[in-house]
Amino acid sequence: MTETTRPLETAADPQGLRRIVIDPVSRVEGHGKVTLLLGDDNRIQQVRLHIVEFRGFEQFIVGRPYWEVPVMVQRLCGICPVSHHLAATKALDRVVGGWPVPEAADKIRRLMHHGQIVQSHALHFFHLSSPDLLFGFDAAVAQRNIVGVAMAHPEAARQGVMLRKFGQEVIRITAGKRVHGTGSVPGGMNRAVDAAERDTLRAQLPQVLAWAEAAVDLAERLHTGLPQNLVGFAETPAAMMSLVGPGGAMEFYDGTLRVREADGRVAVDGFEDQRYRELIGESVKPWTYMKFPYRLTLGPDAGWYRVGPLARLQNCDFIPTPRAEARRQAFVAAHGGRPVHSVLATHWARMIELLHGVEVVADLLDDPAILGGPLLATGERQRSGVGIIEAPRGTLIHEYEVGDDDLVTRCNLIVSTTHNNQAMNEAVRSVALQYLDGQTITEPLLNHIEVAIRAYDPCLSCATHALGQMPLAVTLRNARGEVLDHVHRSSRGDTVRGTRPHSAEAAQ
Amino acid sequence: MSSQVAPLLVFGWGNPSRGDDALGPLLVEQLAGLAQMSSGRLECLTDFQLQVEHALDLVGRERVLFVDAGVDLQTPFAVSTVKPAPNAGFTTHALAPEALLQVYSDLERAEPPPCTLLAIRAQRFELGEAPGEQALADLALALVWAMAWAGLTEEMLT
Repeated sequence: MTETTRPLETAADPQGLRRIVIDPVSRVEGHGKVTLLLGDDNRIQQVRLHIVEFRGFEQFIVGRPYWEVPVMVQRLCGICPVSHHLAATKALDRVVGGWPVPEAADKIRRLMHHGQIVQSHALHFFHLSSPDLLFGFDAAVAQRNIVGVAMAHPEAARQGVMLRKFGQEVIRITAGKRVHGTGSVPGGMNRAVDAAERDTLRAQLPQVLAWAEAAVDLAERLHTGLPQNLVGFAETPAAMMSLVGPGGAMEFYDGTLRVREADGRVAVDGFEDQRYRELIGESVKPWTYMKFPYRLTLGPDAGWYRVGPLARLQNCDFIPTPRAEARRQAFVAAHGGRPVHSVLATHWARMIELLHGVEVVADLLDDPAILGGPLLATGERQRSGVGIIEAPRGTLIHEYEVGDDDLVTRCNLIVSTTHNNQAMNEAVRSVALQYLDGQTITEPLLNHIEVAIRAYDPCLSCATHALGQMPLAVTLRNARGEVLDHVHRSSRGDTVRGTRPHSAEAAQ
Repeated sequence: MSSQVAPLLVFGWGNPSRGDDALGPLLVEQLAGLAQMSSGRLECLTDFQLQVEHALDLVGRERVLFVDAGVDLQTPFAVSTVKPAPNAGFTTHALAPEALLQVYSDLERAEPPPCTLLAIRAQRFELGEAPGEQALADLALALVWAMAWAGLTEEMLT
C-alpha cells in the first residue's frame, strides 16, 4: 500500500491554525468527522473527512466456517445487509464450485437485490436528502428531516415510506425473513418464492411503478429548480467505476467492471470481476484508518474514482428497462450530453435507479422461474473467490480464501463508501473553499458540507444504535489543541454549548 | 391489514453481533417463544434499526412496546411513555421512537397507539462480542416486566 497526500489535505504548517471539528456528520450512518484547520487570516489551510470505519470486519470473519459468512456479514451493516449477503454468496459460489448458479437461483437473487436497491434508495432520498432539497440547506434542523417532509409534503413522504416497504417485502419473500435472511447460500438459494406472496406483490406493482415515476419527477424537479448558485455545488470531476452488463447495460448484480474517465471516455471495459486486484489498489494515509482505493495504472494520487448512482448512470450505455432508460436519456439531454459531476445530481440519478429497480422487480415477479426448479449448483472446490455487486451506494467487493478445513483464512472487503473516500474528501474541500473560508462557522454553513457528504449516502457500518448515542459535536480548537468552543447536539436535536468534547475527538 | 394484526406489538432493535446492542432483539426473541401461547394477541418483530416503514407496523395495534439497549442507565431497565416528537433530531439513517410516532401521525393522520419504550441497560458494543453478564442479568429482569406488559405469566417461563 502507498501513503499519499493531496492539496489542502495536509497543511504546510499546522502550527498556528484553528481547528474546527464536526463529529459526527449528521444523518450519515456511523461516525464521520470533518476537520477544518483555519489560519489566523481565517483562510482554510487543511480539510479532511475522517470516517471512523470499524477495522475489525475482516478479522470478525476470518476463522469462521465459510457457510456461516453470508449470514454473518449481514450484521456488518444495518442499512444494506442484503448487499453483503449477496456479495458474500457470490464470492463463495466460486469456492464451492457452484458458479454459475441455476437460473432460478440467479433470478431470485436478482429479485432480492433489486428489492434492496428500491428500499435503500427510497430511504435515502425521502428520509435523508429530500429535506435539504425541499427546504433548502439553510432551513432549521428541526425541519430538515423526514418528519419535516411528512408535515409539509405528506404525500411525498407517504410514497417514500410505501416504496421502502415494498422493497422490504421483496427482500422478505426472497430471503425468508425481514432481517437476517438466509435465502442465498454458496451455490444458489435454499428457497424459492411462494406463489401467493409473489401475487400479493404483483398486485401492488401498478401503484408502486407510479410512485417510482413520481419520485423521479420530484428529484428532477428539485434538481432543475436549484438556485443558480447551487447548480455546481460540490462539483467534483472524477472517473467513474461500476459493473456493466452485456452491451454496456446498467447492471447491479453481475457483470464486468468498467471505468470511465471524468471527461466521458471509457478507460477500462470488460474487466473480469475475479481479477479486480489487477485494476484496483488500496492506499493508506497517516491521518485516517480508512483506505483509499485507486486505479493501479494511475497510482494513488491520480487514480481515485467515484462509484454509486451518478457513476453508474453515466458509465452504462443504456438502462435495459424502458421507463428508466427514457429517464436516463432525459438526464443526459438536460446536461447537454456532457459528463455530470455535481454531487446534487446524484439524487436524480438515484431515483432513476429506483425506477429501474421497480421495473426489474416487476419483470422478475412475472417470471415463473422464481417459483422453483433446481436451486443449487456444485462443482470442483476452489480455494478462493471474489463477489462484486453494485450495492445501493456503489460497487461492493467481497473476497475470501477458504482452507481445506472449510474455515475462512483471508477476507478482503471494499465497501462502496471506501471507494468513494477520496471523492467525498474532494467534495468537502470544494464546499469548504466555496462556503467556509474566512467566514463565521454557522450551522447552515456546516450543513453545506453535510449535504455534500450525504449525496454519497455513506454507510459507515460501524454504528450501534442504542438510545443516547449518535450526538453531533462541533469543536473549535487552536493549534495547541486548546478547545476554543464546543457545541454538542444530541440525538434528540437539543443543542448544548460548553460541554467537553469526547476524548477521542482530538486524536487526528 | 389493520383488522388482521395482533393487538399487541413488541418491537426490538439492535445488532445481534454487537455485544449489548443485541438486548432488544434478544428480549423480543425470548418473548416470541412465549407469544405462541398468547392466542395471537401478541406479535414480536425485530430489526437492526428503527426505520420509517416501521410506522406501518403500528397500524391497527392497541398497544406497542419498543425495546432497545440504553446507555447511561443507572437501573437494569427503564420504562417511559413515547409520544410523537416533530422536532426530534436525526443523526443516522435510523429514527428515534418519538420520530417514528410522528411519522405515523403524519402518514395516517391519526394518533398512534399507546407506545412504551423499554430501555435495557447496555455498556459494551464490540463487534463479535456476546452481551455481557450484567446485560444478561438486566435482560432477565426486563423480560419479566415485558411479560407483564404483554399479559403473559411467569409460569410460562418454566
